[in-house]
Amino acid sequence: MGSTKGTFQDEELAPGIVPPSMPSHHHLRFKTYLFILLVIIFSPLGNVLLSTGMKQAGPLSISTPSGVFHAFVQVFTTPVIWLGIASLIAYFISYMLVLSWADYSYVQPATAMGYVIVALLGRFALHETVTPLRWIGIAIIFLGVVTVGQTPPRTTGHH
Amino acid sequence: MFKELVLIFLIVVAGTGGELCVTRAMKKIGEVKDFRPGALLRTIFRVLGIGWMWIGVGLMAIAFFSLLAMLSLENVSFVVPVTALNYVAGAIGGKFFLGENVMGRRWAGVLLVCIGVTCVFFSRR
Repeated sequence: MGSTKGTFQDEELAPGIVPPSMPSHHHLRFKTYLFILLVIIFSPLGNVLLSTGMKQAGPLSISTPSGVFHAFVQVFTTPVIWLGIASLIAYFISYMLVLSWADYSYVQPATAMGYVIVALLGRFALHETVTPLRWIGIAIIFLGVVTVGQTPPRTTGHH
Repeated sequence: MFKELVLIFLIVVAGTGGELCVTRAMKKIGEVKDFRPGALLRTIFRVLGIGWMWIGVGLMAIAFFSLLAMLSLENVSFVVPVTALNYVAGAIGGKFFLGENVMGRRWAGVLLVCIGVTCVFFSRR
């Protein structure tokens, strides 16, 4: 990926002057939004697939060691579970990358958008019953997310 | 009901604790700027050498299995919004464990999330 930043590195700097290493505010915001988008696609998708898989696996008993073993076998031989895990791995990698430059307390709430999408998928793809109170709760969570999203992505110093 | 509450607690506390540890490890690596496969692979190997990453991944594994157990008991449209309690734990952890400046506006957002989660919780059956 080519660098779209300034060309400070190419210029000759006086001794003792540290070249600016922070990308422009704009660039940082775009990159952050892009990765948050990946996070909010893969996270709900993974959760919905896991939910489907766990319901396919049926009731599990984990009160005895052999029960735990059987539960593991039952869960990990369900193909949909593996699709869910693959989706969550894609989510996790995107999430880790964005956390390398953006504040945790900024990124984490921003990804809550995915928690809203998961409710829509639950209702329309899995035909779950979502009561009005639950929709209200989800809408308030969404408002909370938007509020947090309007704060700057990084508040700590960079070295 | 007791089983569900324990699982929610594990999902939120182990999940957020794990993410805080992972963030600490990733901040040690520094901003990832090179997204070519070779460079990403090198980044992954450097990450694996940081202790916080292993603690983080362990905690996230606990949260993951708790989530699986919860999803076998309840609807996904209930489970996932309730785990939004992560935001409360995240703002507190971001402030005290990572030294981030959690501002008034972020706290307001976190409070809204709390109210929303409460509504979702009481919508259970």
